[in-house]
This record gives sequence, C-alpha cells and structure tokens, in this order.
Amino acid sequence: MSIKGQAYIAGAFEHPTRKAPDKSVFQLHAECAAGALADAGLTKDDVDGYFCAGDAAGMGPINIADYMNLRLRYLDSTDVGGTSYIGAVGHAAAAIHAGKCNVALITLSGRPRSEGVQTGTGQRPGNPQVGDSPWETHFSPATTNVYGMVAARHMHEYGTTSEQLAWIKVAASHHAQWNEHAMLRNVVTVEEVVNSPLVSTPLHRLDCCVISDGGGALLVVKPEIARSLKRPLVKVMGHGESWKGQMGGDVDLTYSGARWSGAAAFAESGVKQSDIKYASIYDSFTITVLMQLEDLGFCEKGMGGKFVSDGNLISGVGKLPFNTDGGGLCNNHPANRGGITKVIEAVRQLRGEAHPKVQVANCDVALAHGTGGLLGSRHGSSTLILERE
Amino acid sequence: MAIMEDRKMPPNCTNPESDAFYAAAEEGKFMIRRCTACKKAHWYPRAVCPFCFGATEWEQASGEGTIYSFSTMLRSNFTMAYVTLKEGPTMMTNIVKADPEQLKIGGKVKVVFVQTDANKVPCFEPA
Repeated sequence: MSIKGQAYIAGAFEHPTRKAPDKSVFQLHAECAAGALADAGLTKDDVDGYFCAGDAAGMGPINIADYMNLRLRYLDSTDVGGTSYIGAVGHAAAAIHAGKCNVALITLSGRPRSEGVQTGTGQRPGNPQVGDSPWETHFSPATTNVYGMVAARHMHEYGTTSEQLAWIKVAASHHAQWNEHAMLRNVVTVEEVVNSPLVSTPLHRLDCCVISDGGGALLVVKPEIARSLKRPLVKVMGHGESWKGQMGGDVDLTYSGARWSGAAAFAESGVKQSDIKYASIYDSFTITVLMQLEDLGFCEKGMGGKFVSDGNLISGVGKLPFNTDGGGLCNNHPANRGGITKVIEAVRQLRGEAHPKVQVANCDVALAHGTGGLLGSRHGSSTLILERE
Repeated sequence: MAIMEDRKMPPNCTNPESDAFYAAAEEGKFMIRRCTACKKAHWYPRAVCPFCFGATEWEQASGEGTIYSFSTMLRSNFTMAYVTLKEGPTMMTNIVKADPEQLKIGGKVKVVFVQTDANKVPCFEPA
C-alpha cells in the first residue's frame, strides 16, 4: 500500500501579504483557500477534506472549518510545527487513496509580524503539563540559541564555517531579488552575512529567517479530478515523516529527523537524490538547510558546508537549486511556519510557473522538506517528493 | 564579553514528577533518575524509563560534566548549553559565571544552583 501516484496537487496559492494588521487570521486562511480553489478551477463545495495545524486557533480544525463553513467528511489537524503542511500532503494523499475524501484543502496563515512576536529571541512561558517544560523553560530556549547549539556542534565536529553557512543566505537572496513579494530583495554577499550582528553564537542576523504575516493553501485531489482540470499535473510520489528529540538524554545534534523521513519518501517514490531537479528546504536558519541537505542524502554527513558553497544552491548556477522564491530567509515565513510555502514553490517549479529568472529547466521531479519545532531540542520532520506528469 | 551572572532567570514551573528534584535542589543536591530494570540513567527525569519503560528511581549525581554544545545570546547575554553528565545523559542548561569567549565544547563544568522566583535550578560553571 503506497500513496505513489494516488493523489495530485491541483491548487496552490501563496498570500501576497507580508504584513496584515487589518486582517484576522481566519480571514487570511479563507483568502488562501479561495486563492487555491481559483488556481485549481474548483469551488468551495468541492472540498470534502480539510487539513490544518497549530496556527488554526480553536479546537483542532473545528473553529476554522466553521468560519469557512465547509462540508467535510475528513478532518486532520496534526501539528508538528512549521513542517506540518508538508506532512499534511502525505496525510491527504493517504486519505484520498483510502476513499475518505476527494478534494483535500490544506491551509496555513498567521500574523506574527503585526502582533510583534519576538519569534527567535523571546522567552516562552512554562507549561507544567508539557513533560519537558519543568526542566527547560527557565533556561530560555529561545529558538535562535537552540539552533545556535546545532550550528556550534556541527562546526566542532566537521569544521563547518560561518562563511559556508552564509552561502545559503546568499543563494536565497539571489532568488528573492526576482520575487516582488519578498521581504528582503537585496542580493547579499558572504561578507555581509558574516559581518551582520551576532544574534546567538555562531548565528548572525542574516543566518535567520524573516518574521512575516501571510499564509498559503494547497488542494490535494484524487487522480480523476486532477485530470479533469486544466492545470499541469503534479503527482504525489512519496512522503515520509518522523521526529527527533533528546532521546532520553542521548542527545546528538549532528543529525535531524530528515534522516528517517527522507529515506521513507525516497523509498516510497522510487526516486533518487540525483533525480531531484529542485528542492524546497525549510530555512528557518542557514544551519537548518545544511543539516537537512546532509540528512536527505544530497551530500555526505559533515560535507554540507562544502556542498552549499560557491553558489551550488543558486538556480542556473549550482547543481541543486533551492528555495527559488527566496524562502524563509528572504521571502516570508507566515505564522513562523514555512512548510506550506515550501510545497507551493515546488509546485510552481514543476508547473513551469516559477519566475523565469529562477525557473529550473525541465523540472520534472522536486522535493519539499521541512523541520518543525526546534531542530536542537525536539522537532517534527516531513519530506514530500512530487513529479510533473 | 562580560562574565555572565546578572541575568534574572525566569522561574521554573513544576509538576509531580519534578517536585522531589527541586526539593533536593533546595539542599544543594543534584539528582538524576536511573532505571531499576535496564540500569541506565536518563534526562530529563521521568517516572517511566525512556529506554525500556521500566520503573525509575532518584540518585544523587556527581554534578560533573562537559559542554556538549553552547550558544550565547548577545542581546540578553546568557549562554544556553547542553552538558553531558559524568553519569551519561546530556541535559539542557545554562552556563553561568563564565566569560562566554573562554567557553569550549568539551570543557569541564560543574553544577551550580541558581535561585529563581520559584526554585533553585541546575546551571553549570567552569570546573
């Protein structure tokens, strides 16, 4: 039993806003849903499955489904942080394959920028109901310092440098210059990245993603419906998910859950790393990208620094074009959750609808991968492989 | 960079699994839990062993460890760290009473309790 070829992504929409003080979060979700339906050529009444995650406030999917007044026979609100929406495509494909729904809507939206959320540096409140909180929250694991520990250990083990990490930001900025909606459109240099202020050692300000409002939506549909529409066919080939934590105290920051979710997705799809023409790689921080590329098998463990250097991730220049929308590092990171935009740009690439300056030639197989939560303490991991038919 | 000892740490929260730990901390004792079945120590402390689901019990730990990794936040000037305890497990903590520029992965550290508005919490300082 496999989801390979059993579902297609027929609609994809990224909200153009990056700052939305005049909109509510549920409004953004609904505007994204409407955008994806228009993109696919489907209507609201066609939706019979709905998938959301932690950004949809309320009781699981119920309050937001009520706002949109959807008629559903399948609901899923699995929350594994910012990567949830990559995993949701796999969940939707499985539900479609099992006959539980025909048209699955996935939405994400949020407005941390308008709300002034200090995403990467702020203290989070303790919650005694969460088992790890009495042991950790007072130490202020404020996102950037937890990712900083991952980067520091990688440098210690493998000799990775800040200049190598900077190349990831440089590549993202080369892509973002062509995206009219991107928050940061200036092309930056390695020197500018490593000379930007340190936030939490060894990560600099330009190693960090943006904080933005916005959102996105996807429509995953059964094959017969995809073929009845007028959009290019983007087939779900495989999906894998996992998580990784502190393993009872056997902490190992040198690898991520991508090792497992990636292997599962490649196995299900029958695709090899060398077949991937474009990769959307979650980029909360530069170190996130480097770690995931290694664990997905695009290079050997410890060789990520060398792999990302010299423009190897820049479309038209390097061997593995990544995040051609500018990614979280330059474009947007709606609701502090970058999963859905990873899938959306992969769909654009497979359809041939990316910006002409970054469109990958003959882009027939693409990967979208994400890490949710905190890479250095506990995180969800989702990998999705898609093919243009 | 300044020696770090001025940060006002946020108060810890507690639940029934952590109460005995923080009670011992008031007496300056650093406790960990070990499985009575597989004999392995773990962190963070749990009533159920994360390796074999066996029952666990408290034991006083040495308080000695080495820095596995660390990251110093510049704006608020404190150092987040993972410290590998002599007993085996690696724990999240803060390094205090140290110049962050002198810290190294692999450096030896020892436990020091820092008072918060709730309890004393286990931080580490250079040994």
